Amino acid sequence: MTGQTVVILGATSAVAERYARLHAGRGARLVLAGRDARRLDAIAADLKARGAADAQVAVLDLATPAAGFDAAWAGMAATLDGRVDTVLLAYGILGDQKAAEADTGEMARQLTTNMTSACAWLTVAANHLERQGQGTLIAISSVAGDRGRQSNYVYGAAKGGLALFAQGMAHRFAGTNIKVLTVKPGFIDTPMTDGLAKGGPLWATPDKVAADIDKAAQRGVTTLYTPWFWMGIMMIIRNLPGVVFNRMKI
Amino acid sequence: MRQTITSWGNLGTIEHEVSTPTFREEAAPLLSALVDKAGSVLGYGLGRSYGDSPLNAGGGLLVTRRMDRCHAFDTATGVLRADAGLSLADLHTITVPRGWFVAVTPGTKFVTLGGAVANDVHGKNHHTAGSFGHHVRALGLRRSDGTLLECAPDRNADLFRATVGGLGLTGLIEWVEIRLQAIASSDMEVENIRFDHVDRFFDLAAESADWTYSVAWVDCLSQGATLGRGIFSRGRHAPDGPRVAQPAGAKLAVPLTPPVSLINGLSLRAFNAAYYNRPGASFSGRHHFDSFFYPLDGVHHWNRVYGPRGFYQYQCVVPPAVARAAVTELLTRIAASGTGSCLVVLKNFGDIAPAGLLSFPMAGTTLALDFPNQGPRTLALMADLDRTVAAAGGRLYPAKDARMPADLFAAGYPAVAEFKRHMDPAFMSDFWRRMEQAPQISKQA
Repeated sequence: MTGQTVVILGATSAVAERYARLHAGRGARLVLAGRDARRLDAIAADLKARGAADAQVAVLDLATPAAGFDAAWAGMAATLDGRVDTVLLAYGILGDQKAAEADTGEMARQLTTNMTSACAWLTVAANHLERQGQGTLIAISSVAGDRGRQSNYVYGAAKGGLALFAQGMAHRFAGTNIKVLTVKPGFIDTPMTDGLAKGGPLWATPDKVAADIDKAAQRGVTTLYTPWFWMGIMMIIRNLPGVVFNRMKI
Repeated sequence: MRQTITSWGNLGTIEHEVSTPTFREEAAPLLSALVDKAGSVLGYGLGRSYGDSPLNAGGGLLVTRRMDRCHAFDTATGVLRADAGLSLADLHTITVPRGWFVAVTPGTKFVTLGGAVANDVHGKNHHTAGSFGHHVRALGLRRSDGTLLECAPDRNADLFRATVGGLGLTGLIEWVEIRLQAIASSDMEVENIRFDHVDRFFDLAAESADWTYSVAWVDCLSQGATLGRGIFSRGRHAPDGPRVAQPAGAKLAVPLTPPVSLINGLSLRAFNAAYYNRPGASFSGRHHFDSFFYPLDGVHHWNRVYGPRGFYQYQCVVPPAVARAAVTELLTRIAASGTGSCLVVLKNFGDIAPAGLLSFPMAGTTLALDFPNQGPRTLALMADLDRTVAAAGGRLYPAKDARMPADLFAAGYPAVAEFKRHMDPAFMSDFWRRMEQAPQISKQA
């Protein structure tokens, strides 16, 4: 696992940064993509201090890359001399459900950010891995994508769509050296969730989630619920009869 | 956002206005927003200070734990600069595999660099290396007026000396640059020696001056001919061996707070006797640094064993000339009270000049132990101990304190007046408020 090359799409997200640190400690070369140059630079300096052989920054809007997905991807891959071992797709927005209900433009924007653009990145990345004959593709979905709920179905639909897309890719590459991992985290204590009431056993740290992703990717797992108990929780939620589910305010 | 915060002693839950910046550049705007909204502010790391020095009731707390990025690490010289929220645990995962270790470490790795500076923490090597502040090359201090001052022993030197050990009251420590020590291995060469009376502790400490690290565990309930019996432990970094930051092994945790303290006279007597007589009490060999420096970190939330009322930690230092008599007197009083803790630490400090104006370590002997909170009875015992400390010309450690009388603080820290000139007007803590209400507090005993 030493000296891997890694592309992180959405490198300023808390989980992505923790995942990047694990690779940095093993001497990886990384490309960090995101919008905020100053934050990306701070993360790159940190990763180098933690042992990364290199950490380069790619400043772009991942939801709507000005150069287009293909050209933007080619630029990142070129930074790594064309060899990409691992891609982590980690960006996303929680989005305002009420605003998306009231405004179709806002709804479309949320779907574009969390699903359409993400599927475009998976497509260009997967084609690259296919050409080189090996690699690992990791997409961060969410437990919210397992069943539509009144409180966040726009977010849930996007994350669920992304999970279905990645699942299809895992099927496409079954039996090859290309692994596709869909990650479904539960509640994580990150800046993105600071507006929610926290505490209690359901909340996990970004370090824990990143370590789980790292282990699952190395084992070649295709779907990861993290922490593990979310698999049980979501199995129950998916299978609740409508008459029960519809009475719940979740 | 409004949030309740508890310090390590669990003596109360206090409401604060809390902000948690993730990136350096967010710190300054969030800091001024907190001052505007709550009137005052204090930096907060991982909450390992025991009493009220990390709290600012009703005011603002700026939590630094998400600002944990290294700026640069020179693996040739061992100089590391990082955000103040980086913990020693995290730092060692970065530096240990490459042969570097923090120059001074306290008894927990779950402290931030900022907290280590603000409390000028010490460790088992004070007699050879001084305190944490002696190894700080520079720090970035954000004042409430928005300015960021670079402070070092030779730049803004007065403010630097006020900030080291300054309990976070001179401004927000945004980043810290430290000098690490080179290590060949993550293993320690360790010797444990049982001693049957506190007198022997002083002999062993004198004989162990050439050991990098030394400390003693004491059975605080033992009386008479075996007063202050214990185990003297000394160590040094091994000259060869593996370099791993984290030893293998499962982590334990106290999952919830029991309804009453699990530490009482009976359990304590049983533990102390068993611990004193265990085979490892007499040992010569190797340990990973984690079990040598951080035995309690192996049990997450160990502070919960004291139950819902929490506990006090009492840590004092008394000067060398009177140390033997004063420590004997303190241990006699504690043993007679029948209360105390499993972990009682006795250590000799060296005579290096303090790094900061309010630094706790000074030449002499330091004693530290916990007391389960039993209300007035516990406070009375500590007031009793205060008399011995005051008569000896000693002082207490603010990072551990939730009750010291202001006059004892003033007597122990003669540089307070000079320190006050460097305080940031918007920074405040409950500890400091208590120290400024001198008259009524000092009568409590």
